[in-house]
Amino acid sequence: MIEKKDVEYVAWLARLELSEEEIERFTRQLGQVLEHAEKIKSLDTSEIRPTSHPLPLKNVMREDLVKPGLTQEEALSNAPRAEGGYFVVPRII
Amino acid sequence: MDKLYAMKAWELKSLLERREVSAAEVLDSVLDRIVEVEGKVRSYITVTEEEARKAAAAADAARARGEDAGAAAGVPMAVKDVLCTRGVRTTCGSRMLENYLPVYDATVVGRLRAEGLTMVGKANMDEFAMGSSTENSAFFPTRNPWDLGRVPGGSSGGSAAAVAAGEAVWALGSDTGGSIRQPASFCGLVGLKPTYGLVSRYGLVAFASSLDQVGPIARDVRDCALLLSLLAGHDPLDSTSLPGEVPDYLAALGGGVRGLKVGVPRELVQEGLTAGVRESLENALRLLEEMGAEVSEASLPNLDYALSAYYIIAPAEASSNLARFDGVRYGLRVEGAADMLEMYGRTRAAGFGPEVKRRIMLGTYALSAGYYEAYYGQAQKVRTLIIMDFEEAFRRFDVLVSPTSPTPAFGLGEKVEDPLSMYLSDVCTIPVNLAGIPAVSIPCGLDEGLPVGLQIMGKVLDEANLLRVAHALEEALEFRAEPDPARGVGR
Repeated sequence: MIEKKDVEYVAWLARLELSEEEIERFTRQLGQVLEHAEKIKSLDTSEIRPTSHPLPLKNVMREDLVKPGLTQEEALSNAPRAEGGYFVVPRII
Repeated sequence: MDKLYAMKAWELKSLLERREVSAAEVLDSVLDRIVEVEGKVRSYITVTEEEARKAAAAADAARARGEDAGAAAGVPMAVKDVLCTRGVRTTCGSRMLENYLPVYDATVVGRLRAEGLTMVGKANMDEFAMGSSTENSAFFPTRNPWDLGRVPGGSSGGSAAAVAAGEAVWALGSDTGGSIRQPASFCGLVGLKPTYGLVSRYGLVAFASSLDQVGPIARDVRDCALLLSLLAGHDPLDSTSLPGEVPDYLAALGGGVRGLKVGVPRELVQEGLTAGVRESLENALRLLEEMGAEVSEASLPNLDYALSAYYIIAPAEASSNLARFDGVRYGLRVEGAADMLEMYGRTRAAGFGPEVKRRIMLGTYALSAGYYEAYYGQAQKVRTLIIMDFEEAFRRFDVLVSPTSPTPAFGLGEKVEDPLSMYLSDVCTIPVNLAGIPAVSIPCGLDEGLPVGLQIMGKVLDEANLLRVAHALEEALEFRAEPDPARGVGR
């Protein structure tokens, strides 16, 4: 079953900083939901193909035409920080 | 004449087109009603009064010139706050997008604007459409106009409450596992989840992309058909949008149900139904038989696994979709972090509420190395089995019916601490999203004064047939009860 260290690892993968209280709560609640989800493991699906999309649409193509899009100003208008036409972020390394 | 805010869209359209009332008068009636009841119901995150007045004035001016003002002109609408509206704050019920101002319109919003859209506000919702009660809104819960101590359902709870309370005449919602149908059911309205791909999702903030659809919430089947006809159709900006002509949904109404083969999936009428829900369902089935339909039991055994598969697939897709909220291009950013990774972690911790975090965690877990095949891979295969069950059932039946939700509206706070019991309120609606088929919920009775919904499910792209059946049943059921949110109880 899911343990506290699993929750901590998954939170790191999901880039979510969780409090100690949240880690404990999620360990319990995720355990309950996953226990319910265990049910699907009992079905024999060895001959069944997975469905990722409910309708048989495939390879939707269009002509590669230039059309009007957002201006640079519009594209940056919701950015928490922007400068000189760029998104500004904290240092990466 | 009824109060304008309480009338159907088609009634108002007819009055407006004959110029017996003006769009400004209709809007005033709705805005006055908002002043009267919004403090109690709280349907809206943002009321767009100024924009609505401009739209109503434009509709009146066009009609005064003898021009066609558009099919939606002057009929006040609520838009779920998950759909992008250019220049109007679009929050998704989240702190993450509290100040987000879209620079473009969702395709459905653009289409409605071309038809004279009179938008009165952006409706409250569960954060990122994750929830069944609208209590997961980061801002405030919406209350059910039938009983202010109860939830309106969710996640499109603000849209449904607005229409039920007279704060809008019709509304747009979105439905990933029941988020249009369940609140329509809890609020005594008609709500339709279209076939996956019938309505464009361009500009709909994504939750679970293989399940999400936009659709109408309305006061009767005719309004629902009318609004669907304005939303449906191919959009080159959405690669999952289906090509092909859109049928005339209004022309389908009035066809009756003689000879219709109706199946009742036994898996959807087993445990947890209240007596009132069961009685309302049985009454509707009896009426269908009296009108000449053949009703019998159906069995879709894999529906027993739908909820479990959904609560792997939807969170998995959500965890991927919500990766975009990283404090860089839009939305919240928590300042002061030493580096990029710390900024991501803190921003997402501050911007997302508990249910969204829970689903991101669940989805990330189900997709992580070592668990992918056992959970996500298996859930996708179970989804195939569910689709096969529906295909088999639709070889025998024209439509399938079930309750929309096992119970009427539950109390505020009742299920907040127990996610699993909250998830169970969507047990009848979830299979429809997994299969990509359409379904409509119509009011079919009262359970201790609260509305009960009947779900009618159909084949892919069979909306016209669904609406025909829904319309026939609506006429036979004669559901006339209305809420009185000013008093806070049903009457």
